[in-house]
Amino acid sequence: MTPLTLTADATGRTARARRTAWVPTLVLLLGTLYCLIPIAWVVIAATKDRSELFSTFSFAPGTGFLDNLGDLTDYRDGIYWQWMANSVFYAGVGALLSAAVSAAGGYALGRYAFRGREFIFKVILAGVLVPSIVLAVPQYLLLSKMGMADSYWSMLLPSILSPYGVYLVRIYAAASVPAELMEAARMDGASEWRIFSRIAVPMMMPGLITVFLFQFVAIWNNFLLPYVMLADDTKFPITLGLYTLLAQGASQPALYTLVITGCLLAIVPLIALFLVIQRFWSLDLLSGSIKS
Amino acid sequence: MSIHRHQISRRSILAGAAALGLTSTLAACGGSDDDSGESSGPVKLTYWSWAPNMEKVAAIWNKKNPDITVTVSKQASGGEIVSKLITAKKAGNAPDLIQVEYQSLPTLVSNDVLADISKYVGDVKSEFSEGLWHMVTLGTDAVYSVPQDSAPLMFYYREDLFKKHGLSVPKTWTEFAEVARAAKKAVPDAYLTTFSSNDPGLFAGLAQQAGGKWWTVDGGGKWSVGIDDAGTKKVAEFWGGLVQEGVIDNQPMYTPAWNQALNKGTHLAWVSAVWAPGVLISSAPDTKGKWRMAPLPQWKSGDNITGSWGGSSTGVSSDSKHAEAAAKFARWINTDPEALAALVKYPAVYPAATKGQSVDILTTPEFFSNQKDFYSTAATIAATTAPSAWGPNVQTAYTAFQDGFGSATKAKKEAQFLSALATMQSKTFDDMKKQGFEVTEA
Repeated sequence: MTPLTLTADATGRTARARRTAWVPTLVLLLGTLYCLIPIAWVVIAATKDRSELFSTFSFAPGTGFLDNLGDLTDYRDGIYWQWMANSVFYAGVGALLSAAVSAAGGYALGRYAFRGREFIFKVILAGVLVPSIVLAVPQYLLLSKMGMADSYWSMLLPSILSPYGVYLVRIYAAASVPAELMEAARMDGASEWRIFSRIAVPMMMPGLITVFLFQFVAIWNNFLLPYVMLADDTKFPITLGLYTLLAQGASQPALYTLVITGCLLAIVPLIALFLVIQRFWSLDLLSGSIKS
Repeated sequence: MSIHRHQISRRSILAGAAALGLTSTLAACGGSDDDSGESSGPVKLTYWSWAPNMEKVAAIWNKKNPDITVTVSKQASGGEIVSKLITAKKAGNAPDLIQVEYQSLPTLVSNDVLADISKYVGDVKSEFSEGLWHMVTLGTDAVYSVPQDSAPLMFYYREDLFKKHGLSVPKTWTEFAEVARAAKKAVPDAYLTTFSSNDPGLFAGLAQQAGGKWWTVDGGGKWSVGIDDAGTKKVAEFWGGLVQEGVIDNQPMYTPAWNQALNKGTHLAWVSAVWAPGVLISSAPDTKGKWRMAPLPQWKSGDNITGSWGGSSTGVSSDSKHAEAAAKFARWINTDPEALAALVKYPAVYPAATKGQSVDILTTPEFFSNQKDFYSTAATIAATTAPSAWGPNVQTAYTAFQDGFGSATKAKKEAQFLSALATMQSKTFDDMKKQGFEVTEA
């Protein structure tokens, strides 16, 4: 990004651009702090044992991280790791399926002209505006009629269609898959499926990864859908599982230390995923700006 | 049936009639309805509970009853489990067994979630105190659940700090106010305790002690709402006055700051229920052995009445295909000596069954090792619990409490405590009316 800005500014405002912009830098620094302090709190609080948690200074590290980890693993015979595995399954498979459906749908809407295309697209666009929270209970009643409530399917099916994903891929497909290329492939006798799977999908890959990532994070953090859908606590994702540790009734102490440690571990896969996939993402942004 | 809301009562009567028809058909078949679905294999029951380690108690049952296996599914407590149950019931997916707080019982009954199990467990009545049994029958001939734990209110105080500052244990609320003032004078940065706008359950218990009857229902199914009755007004006025005076803290309970206040000793006492030791272990770990429990202060000296905060029971859902087997389990877990001992040991509840409150089963909590007579005192107090009167929209009243008293405690104005109570009354009344109940204001 930086070199691009410089070339743009080279037309006459170079001097101004080189001067450090203090105000924006300061605002950004404050923003960074604002975002990072809660994470730092979680990291530090996870190291405190029960007696240290509320009595020592918030940012003074404690001594109990390994004990907390052990307690969390021991809690109900390690059900936390079951929840973790469930979350990985729901988010991983759900996001993968969602990216696949978005790829097909967005590509079709973006690259084929057919009757009703704009209508379908507008319906999907309207779907972007409907919060998924509103749909949770109707989805539960529907899936329950099909006998699928409280099953792994009840978590996967509602997360497969992401209107936002279809919308994003449509825009991306229209911009990144040239019609000439599709024409040429057709001339060479490639089937439409072959054009989609061998030519369009690789070209749309950065966009698809974005959809995957968005959907992964959305499912990972989802609370209401599993809360409504799932009854069996061995199928719970982390969000819901940790909540049952906090809400044990007024007569039971909330298991703060376990929940905090559990939260810390729950963000590790997200951070890892972002670090791995970031490469594709910056590529996406760069290629996009060069093209225009 | 009488407490059902008006517009659905016809439907529920029909449903009741259908259920009656069904059971009589089954009875005609000569077998119990346990094996109505599949004739082979054990009956499988699911049990929604939020109490920790409940699965360990169920494991004892499963070992002894291979033909009826109970699987515990741990859920979130409070309002969450109630809304989840009502949603599940709409789809016909409610679990067989449910842990139900006493205050949620009318809500669940009016939503048809709970089955009447009087024919299976009606005879266990003698195992419980009259007040508790009244809560699970709602004053009708039906029995909607079996009491599991009770939670009489008590007064907990820091013995060491009371001694140090020359404070005496208050026997009446008037004395309580004096102690609060004396404590503030002795330790300016400390409070005797706090009035929490986050805990409507405690306020309800205190109102119950003062004779408040928030919901009552007559034989014809007509409700009356009396949240701002004389007893409750007295309680709101009392605490509002102390908060305004600045001798009682206005911070909510169960927050990190509250934990710290207990742990550091800037709160010298806590009005809480019999389960307090379990909370203190994690909230105030440094104060082990420094607390003592006494009966709740009284409004009239010489009285012996307490309220309750929490407590739950075991109900059978109307969706269960194995109501009889489920009721058998509900009876076992709440009355069998082995089960009661396990309830004390694993989920650490204070059993509702009278024989479960004996000192043979309960051992002095480790946190109160200095008070050897903890549970015999508790049993004496438990016997003085005033009956509580819950209604079908407790959640609405509780939300109104949190809103109204939240700003009243922040403003520290006694007058606002009373207006918050009036709002709580009108919101609860309007909501019941809107839901279609026949209701008057007491």
